[in-house]
Amino acid sequence: MGFLDYFRSEKKRSASLAKERLQVIVARERTNRGGADYLPALQQDILEVIRRYIAVDDDAVRIQVEREGDCEVLELNVTLPETE
Amino acid sequence: MARIVVVTSGKGGVGKTTTSAAFGAGLARAGYRTVVVDFDVGLRNLDLIMGCERRVVYDFVNVINGEANLNQALIRDKRVEGLEILPASQTRDKDALTFEGVESVLNALAETHDYVVCDSPAGIERGAHLAMYFADDALVVTNPEVSSVRDSDRVLGLLSSKTRRAEQGEEPVKEHLVVTRYAASRVGKGEMLSMEDICEILSIDLLGVVPESTAVLNASNAGVPVIMEEKTDAGQAYDDLVARYLGEEREHRFLTEKKGLFGRLFKG
Repeated sequence: MGFLDYFRSEKKRSASLAKERLQVIVARERTNRGGADYLPALQQDILEVIRRYIAVDDDAVRIQVEREGDCEVLELNVTLPETE
Repeated sequence: MARIVVVTSGKGGVGKTTTSAAFGAGLARAGYRTVVVDFDVGLRNLDLIMGCERRVVYDFVNVINGEANLNQALIRDKRVEGLEILPASQTRDKDALTFEGVESVLNALAETHDYVVCDSPAGIERGAHLAMYFADDALVVTNPEVSSVRDSDRVLGLLSSKTRRAEQGEEPVKEHLVVTRYAASRVGKGEMLSMEDICEILSIDLLGVVPESTAVLNASNAGVPVIMEEKTDAGQAYDDLVARYLGEEREHRFLTEKKGLFGRLFKG
C-alpha cells in the first residue's frame, strides 16, 4: 500500500460492497433453482385433493425436493387442523 | 465429430460476439476446422464483427427452411484458413429457429468441422436456449459488474438443467469463465470486482481475463477479430485463452496494472 492510500482508506470500497450483495442474492436465487418447475402446480393440486376430505389452510401443504447423491427425494408435509 | 461450444452470458453487451469471433479465429488459426454460428435471429451482428457483412447471401433460417443448402450459406473467412461463419437471419419471426432445424444444422456442421462455436443472443429466451442446448462446452462471458455476474449465475443454472447433456444425464456441459472489460487499475483501487471475487461467487474455472481495451472497438470498427491484432493487450489475452482451452498452460496476464514511474513513486 502506497502512503497515499493511508488518506484514502476511510471509504468503504465499492467492490467489496458489490461482492457482499452478489453473494447474498446469488445464494438466494440458487435455492429457488434446481427446484423443478412443476412444484408449485403440484402443491396446488395436492392441496385441492386433500380439501375434498378435510378443510385445511392454504399453507397446509409444504413440498420440497432434496437431492441425496444420485437420487432425489420429494418431501411432502401436510399439516392437519387440530381436532377439538 | 465436432465439439460444440456455446458463448453465452445472459446479459447483453458484455462481449459475447467479440469473444465468439476471437475464439473461433483462434481455433482456426491453431489448425482446427471451425464454424461460428450466429444465433441472434433478428439482430445479426457476428458478420459485422468478422468483417464479412457484404458477403451474406443466405442465412441460418434459410438453411433450416430448405431455401438454401448449408454450403451456400456458409461464409469462408478470407484471412484465416479453416474459419467459416453461418450468419443469423434478420427475420422478425421469433420462432424462425426450430428445435429440429437447429439440431439438423448443428449435426451437419459437426460432421465437417472440429469446432462449432455458437454465438448466443442475450437473454434467456428461445434463441439463447437453442444456442446452449446442444453444447458440450460453454464460455460464460462476464463483466466485473453486479448485473453481469448475477445473470451469468442464472445462465450457469440453465446450463446445468436445460441442455441436452443435462436432460439425458450425460456428463455435464463444461463451463469456462471468461471475464471481459477488466480494468486492473480500478480493481487495484477497490472500485471493481476482482477476478478472484467473480470466480468465488460463480465457482467455475477461469479460462481467461480480457482487459478493457481500446483495441476491441478498433478491431470491430475494422471488422477484424481482435485476436488477429497480435500486438494489442486484448488480442494477446484472447490468444492465451484459446491456448488454455486447447490444453496449454499459460499464466494469466493483464491482472495487474502497468505502472509508470509516477505511479510507482506514489504507490510503492
